[in-house]
Amino acid sequence: MRAMRRGTVGLAAAALVLTGCADSERDEEDSASGGTFVFAGSAEPVTLDPFFASDGESFRVARQMFEGLVGTEPGTAEPAPLLAESWEVSDDGLSYTFALQDGVKFHDGSDFNAEAVCFNFDRWYNMPESAQTDDLTYYYAALFRGFATGDRADAAIYDSCTADDESSATITLKKPFAGFISAMSLPALSMQSPTALEEFQDDAADNPRTTEYSTAEPSGTGPFKLESWERGEQITLDANDDYWGEKASIDQAVIVAIDDPKARADALRNGEIDGYDLVGPADIAPLEEDGFQIINREPFNVLYLGMNQKQKPLDDPLVRQAIAYALNKDEIVSASMPEGTETATQFIPSVVNGFADDVTSYDFDPEKAKDLLEQAGAEGATIEFNYPTGVSRPYMPSPEDTFNVIRTQLEAVGLNIKPTADQWDPDYLEKIQGTPDHGIHLLGWTGDYNDTDNFLGVFFGAKSNEWGFDNAEIFDGLTEARGVPTPEEQEPLYQEINRQVMDFLPGVPLAHPVPSLAFSPDVEGYQQSPVQDEVWNVITMN
Amino acid sequence: MLRFVLRRLALMVPVLVGLSILLFAWVRALPGDPARSLLGERATPEGIDRINAAYGFDRPILEQYFLYVKALLQGDFGNSIQTSRPVVESFTERFPATLELGVTALVFAVVVGVPLGYLAARNQGHLLDTLVVSGSLLGVVTPVFFLAILLKLVFADLLSWLPTSLRADPRIDATHVTNFYVLDGILTQEWDAALDAAMHLVLPALALGTIPLAIIVRITRASVAEVLHEDYVRTAEAKGLARSTISRRHVLRNALLPVVTTIGLQAGLLLSGAVLTETVFSFNGIGQYLFEAIGQRDYPVLQGFIIFIAIVYSLINLVVDVLYGVIDPRVRAA
Repeated sequence: MRAMRRGTVGLAAAALVLTGCADSERDEEDSASGGTFVFAGSAEPVTLDPFFASDGESFRVARQMFEGLVGTEPGTAEPAPLLAESWEVSDDGLSYTFALQDGVKFHDGSDFNAEAVCFNFDRWYNMPESAQTDDLTYYYAALFRGFATGDRADAAIYDSCTADDESSATITLKKPFAGFISAMSLPALSMQSPTALEEFQDDAADNPRTTEYSTAEPSGTGPFKLESWERGEQITLDANDDYWGEKASIDQAVIVAIDDPKARADALRNGEIDGYDLVGPADIAPLEEDGFQIINREPFNVLYLGMNQKQKPLDDPLVRQAIAYALNKDEIVSASMPEGTETATQFIPSVVNGFADDVTSYDFDPEKAKDLLEQAGAEGATIEFNYPTGVSRPYMPSPEDTFNVIRTQLEAVGLNIKPTADQWDPDYLEKIQGTPDHGIHLLGWTGDYNDTDNFLGVFFGAKSNEWGFDNAEIFDGLTEARGVPTPEEQEPLYQEINRQVMDFLPGVPLAHPVPSLAFSPDVEGYQQSPVQDEVWNVITMN
Repeated sequence: MLRFVLRRLALMVPVLVGLSILLFAWVRALPGDPARSLLGERATPEGIDRINAAYGFDRPILEQYFLYVKALLQGDFGNSIQTSRPVVESFTERFPATLELGVTALVFAVVVGVPLGYLAARNQGHLLDTLVVSGSLLGVVTPVFFLAILLKLVFADLLSWLPTSLRADPRIDATHVTNFYVLDGILTQEWDAALDAAMHLVLPALALGTIPLAIIVRITRASVAEVLHEDYVRTAEAKGLARSTISRRHVLRNALLPVVTTIGLQAGLLLSGAVLTETVFSFNGIGQYLFEAIGQRDYPVLQGFIIFIAIVYSLINLVVDVLYGVIDPRVRAA
């Protein structure tokens, strides 16, 4: 007993010694009037320097802290003025003159002006070769085709930037790029403070995404500034009192990562968070019933059934047409996708430039499908059907369910389906995109900004393992359309390509599923965006 | 004793070398490609080639291994492919979370398990014994993830008593000194933060601690029951010693040896149990990170974290062996 008492006394003494031996860093002045908004994403951001990011979670945080020259009209993917009040394009489509907002300051107090714009453009173009890999600079390389140095230097379309005066900057390109204005709304191409970049960033570092700038000192012009990033836990943003636009009514925004959609729903119900993205289809109705808000984004994506022409009999156009006629898209949508999902007629959503109303549509007709199979001599043919498991993408909320509906429909016209399931990450993508070893398959895409090339060019821009075809007409048509200077001139070209694609039928576009966000009843004013340009200065907390 | 400890530490070296080779081969034998996982739908063949060149994945496998070992010997575990952060940094940041969770789970298992097992043995054949034995059987057979989901459903969804995810309430402005959140709250006297962190530990610790609890109960019960039938206990009783003295000096001391071994083994197993528990509760420890790394084929993280876990496991075993000597002087002599 004596020993035990001694132990207790010791423990108590230790506790006394420990207590207060570290200082609290708590902000004592508690001015919380607008409240804190806690939002859960599905993963931690990779970096706070948006130029080195291509993941949605990094962009979500970047949207709060940074702004580009161009934004989007609220609730649409249409470009709208942001840091640039207006712009003019030269007739040859090679130079863009931006009139900049006056009186804008970066979070570090330095001025946003034409020189800052040119500093950013020149920084991107002159990226060291060590940072020219797709994990670091995917968007810039994809849009501007290359850098000042490196193996893609000859293809690079950026030429120069001139500061005409304090509030006017002109960007000159070597080749026309009709998607330029839309692309400037991407978070990766946000304007960053030259002063902060020079002091804290090192683009040539082994890991430019883990430098002091990228983790602790990001400096943009947005309505929120970084308060702290506790790795593995949360990012805390404070309202920017000096913001030039509509100031945030909330005091603080906190972003946490909860990997599992069900766990995000639990956390919302339990009051641990105020809102979350990527709501699982099964959680939508129960959350709504319990008084939570579900906000749907206008879909800016496409889910398709790809058909690999390297596998017989998919090389036969009659078989591909038969498969298209065998699919009842309305049934597929109602059985496996959230309410509000539209069926797809082509590989782009209807708001994207070049959407054609008159593509071949292959309306559900099982008898015709059987006839076509008979003509092709492929009745009862065995077709491998690949689908992913353990994944829910905005364009593919529940692939297993979608697979089951399609399988039944294809079997109904006499095809023999051989199902092959693979784990999404990384087996499925590896098999579909990295090897010719697959048949028909489910895949899709969410657009990053409003440019047709960001859909069609990604799918059909060149020969690929996924589709297994070589069609010079389509490849050349896309290259040509990309080089045309304005969206207006591009429109008929893309419409024609959409018609060609749907005649050639490399796959069947299925649907444009609606992605959903969920919020507690206390959150008001959340503005959804098809391209996720969602900035939280417009939110109020009750 | 010192020589014993040093010899055991020296023995860890060949174990770790062997493990590093096995791990290196194993993670590369996994199907899938880290570059593709990194780029997702945006992967192009050129993009993948560029990543493979940048990370050295295009070099011969032997060369990759020697470069890896060379870096290891300099204390460099490499950088995560996904986040490009040093593996050591991510580990040290997240390990306190797992340790905090593991220790809480183990304390729960021991503090509840040993007395329950003891009482069951003392009351063999009675109702208490039957309840404890069948309860512990249920504990052993219930999978961790199932229990975790059940706990979440009852205590969070239905009753709303306890938080379901994360290590702390994001709205509480807590100062973190050691990254052991409960301890941090005590050190900085931010009592609300300490309490909040403790509340966040309850469900994951219960889920993680249940299997060890059930095993400790069963081993304690069996071991105490065996000792109770020893001659020296009967002699002590015949001498008229007080029951509490017999329990403490003769029964528990002798019965505890197998229990301590079990606790040691369970402590190691808690690390693997943490992978599931942390994932279900979105508890940001090494388990959850490791789970993600497997999906992403993040070679450096997988290799580094598993080696760290092996070191921790070996050290726990060493501590158990040393404790053995403390409890049983015969082991020390040998």
